Amino acid sequence: MLSAIVFLPLLGALIAGFFGRLIGARMAEIVTTGLLGVAAVLSWIAFIGIGINGAETQTIEVLPWITSGQLQTSWTLRVDVLTVVMLVVVNTVSSLVHLYSIGYMAEDPHRPRFFAYLSLFTFAMLMLVTADNFLQLFFGWEGVGLASYLLIGFWYQKPSANAAAIKAFVVNRVGDFGFALGIVGVFAVFGSIDFDSVFAAAPNMAGRTFEFAGMQLDVMTTLCLLLFVGAMGKSAQFGLHTWLPDAMEGPTPVSALIHAATMVTAGVFLVCRCSPMFEYAPDALAFVTIIGAITAFFAATVGMFQDDIKRVIAYSTCSQLGYMFFAAGVSAYQAAMFHLFTHAFFKALLFLGAGSVIHAMHHEQDMRKMGGLWKLIPFTYAMMMIGTIALIGFGIPHVFGFAGFYSKDAILETAYAAGGVGSFAFIAGIVAALMTSFYSWRLAFMTFHGAPKWKHTAEEEHAHGAHAEPAQGDHAHAHAAHDDHHGHELHPHESPITMTVPLFVLSVGAVLAGLLFAPYFIGEENEAFWREAIKVLPAHHALHARHEVPEWVVWAPWVVTVFGFLIAAYYFLWRPQRAAALAAQNGLLYSFLKNKWYVDELYDLIFVRPAMWLGRFLWKKGDGWTIDGLGPDGVAARVLDVARGAVRVQTGFIYHYAFAMLIGVAALLTWLMFGGAH
Amino acid sequence: MASWPILSLVTFLPLAGALLIFGLGKAEGEAGDRNARWIALWTTLLTLVFAIIAWSEFDPANPGFQLVEEASWLGGGVSYKMGVDGISVLFVVLTAFLMPTAILCSWTSIEDRVKQYMICFLVLETLMIGVFCALDLIVFYVFFEGGLIPMFIIIGVWGGKRRVYATYKFFLYTLLGSVLMLIAILYMWATAGTTDIVKLLAYDFAPEAQTWLWLAFFASFAVKMPMWPVHTWLPDAHVEAPTAGSVILAGILLKMGGYGFLRFSVPMFPDASLYFQSFVFALSVIAIIYTSLVALAQEDIKKLIAYSSVAHMGFVTMGIFTLNQQGIDAALFQMISHGFVSGALFLCVGVIYDRMHTREIAAYGGLVTPMPVYAFTFMVFTMANVGLPGTSGFVGEFLSLAGAFQANTWVAVGAASGVILSAAYALYLYRRVVYGVFDKPSLRGILDMNSREIGTLGPLIAATIFFGIYPKPIFDVTGPAVRQMVETLGVSTPHAPISVSEPVKPTEGEAPAAEEHH
Repeated sequence: MLSAIVFLPLLGALIAGFFGRLIGARMAEIVTTGLLGVAAVLSWIAFIGIGINGAETQTIEVLPWITSGQLQTSWTLRVDVLTVVMLVVVNTVSSLVHLYSIGYMAEDPHRPRFFAYLSLFTFAMLMLVTADNFLQLFFGWEGVGLASYLLIGFWYQKPSANAAAIKAFVVNRVGDFGFALGIVGVFAVFGSIDFDSVFAAAPNMAGRTFEFAGMQLDVMTTLCLLLFVGAMGKSAQFGLHTWLPDAMEGPTPVSALIHAATMVTAGVFLVCRCSPMFEYAPDALAFVTIIGAITAFFAATVGMFQDDIKRVIAYSTCSQLGYMFFAAGVSAYQAAMFHLFTHAFFKALLFLGAGSVIHAMHHEQDMRKMGGLWKLIPFTYAMMMIGTIALIGFGIPHVFGFAGFYSKDAILETAYAAGGVGSFAFIAGIVAALMTSFYSWRLAFMTFHGAPKWKHTAEEEHAHGAHAEPAQGDHAHAHAAHDDHHGHELHPHESPITMTVPLFVLSVGAVLAGLLFAPYFIGEENEAFWREAIKVLPAHHALHARHEVPEWVVWAPWVVTVFGFLIAAYYFLWRPQRAAALAAQNGLLYSFLKNKWYVDELYDLIFVRPAMWLGRFLWKKGDGWTIDGLGPDGVAARVLDVARGAVRVQTGFIYHYAFAMLIGVAALLTWLMFGGAH
Repeated sequence: MASWPILSLVTFLPLAGALLIFGLGKAEGEAGDRNARWIALWTTLLTLVFAIIAWSEFDPANPGFQLVEEASWLGGGVSYKMGVDGISVLFVVLTAFLMPTAILCSWTSIEDRVKQYMICFLVLETLMIGVFCALDLIVFYVFFEGGLIPMFIIIGVWGGKRRVYATYKFFLYTLLGSVLMLIAILYMWATAGTTDIVKLLAYDFAPEAQTWLWLAFFASFAVKMPMWPVHTWLPDAHVEAPTAGSVILAGILLKMGGYGFLRFSVPMFPDASLYFQSFVFALSVIAIIYTSLVALAQEDIKKLIAYSSVAHMGFVTMGIFTLNQQGIDAALFQMISHGFVSGALFLCVGVIYDRMHTREIAAYGGLVTPMPVYAFTFMVFTMANVGLPGTSGFVGEFLSLAGAFQANTWVAVGAASGVILSAAYALYLYRRVVYGVFDKPSLRGILDMNSREIGTLGPLIAATIFFGIYPKPIFDVTGPAVRQMVETLGVSTPHAPISVSEPVKPTEGEAPAAEEHH
């Protein structure tokens, strides 16, 4: 059964990929979606068996892989609690996204390819979460990177999509640079890369040092930091986050599946999986906390001023991942995983909801051109509202809330209880929660409320704004979309049933996932639930200590959330002119945030351009001028002088060569026969 | 079943094919060309069959030389001796595997002097296989240097516009190396009194002599690899060579350098190898970073792939001189894998070059629209070149990093940065050629791969993915031989873990080992 969960999506990908033309697009959709549906059902069965009912961890060895001396690895499926949680998340969201895509991509001529990529992604992600050793995890890790690259660049005719795809792959590779070094480092230190052996030996390595790159460093801290660099890349943490917003060039279902619910959470999964190592590397944990907190804060600030509906949600994802990381950083891996779990539902819901809006608007993504949509697409509106409330984590403490309320509040309380860097994370998290509420409601109000700006009677001022940023459209028909602007009037319409059903299912998750699963993930049952899958040292007891935090800490998120709502409502519901006026002023802070802290520009300046320049320099000056000039060309000039006039150059030197070799052999024979060494 | 001389058969069968083509020389024009093509194809296929038989008769558990044949030759010390061990046998198979590919991809693109062309390739095959089978230093030398002559001719006669310059460069570099190696060989013969490689492997050369011998061999092998800074002949040679020439050059000839290191430098001069370890590491890491950066700036598809070959060979030299099991296993695997991946990449270039007669990247764009099969094929090999897990490119790259980390962490860090750069240049190339809008008027009417091209590249795709997922057949063969070599070297401890200090006093009362359960 476990094998089926992992390999059914692969089967679907192969069928759709290689026989898509043969069986037709409709059949490819049905096959991939059907197989994914089966895998999703089986995942829930596994979840109930291993997670809730406490069945044993299972491992299934499939094939040997790299075997060299002491390095022995195999393809092995390992299913423990951590894995089943991920299985449920991945397969549920993936099957819903498959279903949704049938409607969303209906007009695209390359549907078999699209569904093949989606299923391929799912397979790679499943290999990642069922890995039994670092190497297989790395296989899945790179596999999802490949699928992400292919899907971001799915509309390969758009230069921006291609650029975004490469950027995503290369930035992830920067993370993989650390990850790969981490893995070989683990092998060098432990003599194995199997989770079981490494985790068992980790306590003995605590506090020891080794020489790394000329320095004497703490073993566990170094290894964990290297692994974490990989996690930063995949989970778009501050510094390596730049690819995620650009990844919105991909079709919206892809954004929901890969860039919200599953792939980007792989970094969090990695840290939780390696909790038996991180627990012995307190400095690495502190670093994780700080990076997570910075990301939560940073991404929220940027998210407040984006006008592209998908980019707002993308930065929101980035920010939420930051929460998960600082939770893991204070050893509350359970809370991190819980937030990962709930976030998958409501963020996928938001993205698919946004997709529904975009679909209704004929592939318009600029929120400044929306407005007043709630009457026209009421179902989508309701779904987006549920997603928004779940995301901002609104709920009545001690009573009830939507999914995000349970997980996010748990994280904030834990961070507070942990103290130290946790306090820093707590403050960053509270401020980010305020901003989260603001940008979420801003999105909701700009899109669904206010005056409809998509009618051509829109204000003059708006037309100006539209030129400021070229439409970074999600349009399958790039040309057609532009025509809309001048052509007939737009008629927003509700989405077909294949799109609304997934929205509804996800909304149920967004409402109830917190309430239902909180006891298992972070509540009284949590030790029985997680068992050996997550390891926390007794000294790191923040998850328990959260129950003793002062009452104001419990209410703080509630207060800032309401406050964020009020600000958003003031500027975008009650006094929309003010928001526009403020934006038009283009103040320093506004530009800074709107331009994403200028990180992209900075990287372009210090990495991309110098690399290209250096490449050209080394090629022309290094290879061409120095090496060739001193070497062959210089020598050739001399030789040519001699050879000219004697023999024709074209054939001459081949004879030279043959001649030189023959002389050599002749010399050998002479030596042999007459020199007579023996 | 070493009763019949299978290695000699594999080695000289292509030569027989060449003679056959030569003998049938009377038929002129179309018919003669067609005969030459078919004879060459059948000869190489038959050679492949025998190479596979040799592989199947090879006992992987035995780390020594097998299928040995010996006959006296030239009297007094030099003998014709052939045999393979876990280090060489796979190169024989690789050579035989790539040759039919080379013949097939020249099927229609070579129209001039087809017979001579096929003869050149068949002679080349004999000489290349001979290099990997030879167990006598002199025999090795003859094959090793002789193999270059057909390659000179292939580039010089069937090459592109600047073929003379390219051949000249190639010639100058290799000449320097081979002269030095010849002197070293003479010295070894004089000192050890034998040219039998098996005996030489057991001979202890004096440490001072080792240094000089090592350097002399290094001069030859470093050029072949090629290592930085003696790599500049390679991009020019590739650019000017016909597609099949590039395939064989990248696939086999480059591997002779690495094979030479493993056959001679490391086991015969272990002290010198250890002494020069850091030197080789430095050159390898420079090669990886430097040539990757240069690849990023290229405007010619073949040059880009040629530079990426140099970078990948940097991983090989790095792996060899880690002098530990993982590193050397990795080097061997990487050479095999690079054999079909880079060969396939050059074939991919050939496919579009045959249609458009240009290698300029800017001349292409949007090829995925008219050529979906090509786009898929090129993607597979691009990803293998990038070292994506699941392709054979990953196995060698990862394992060499694992080896390097144990030997020197700086080296591992430097080499790992290559994974970022390789992704950048490979995907940047792919994007410019395959993605984008298909609107260049010159490309109109371009056709997707035909069945001959699919037949040529298909087996390479299969091999790339098969060995990426299940590399065991290769490691089974190389493992025992490498283990024996590493143990004889005795320079690295058999148990890998790098030196880790004793635990420092635990702080804050967190006794590490004691409180395990939560």
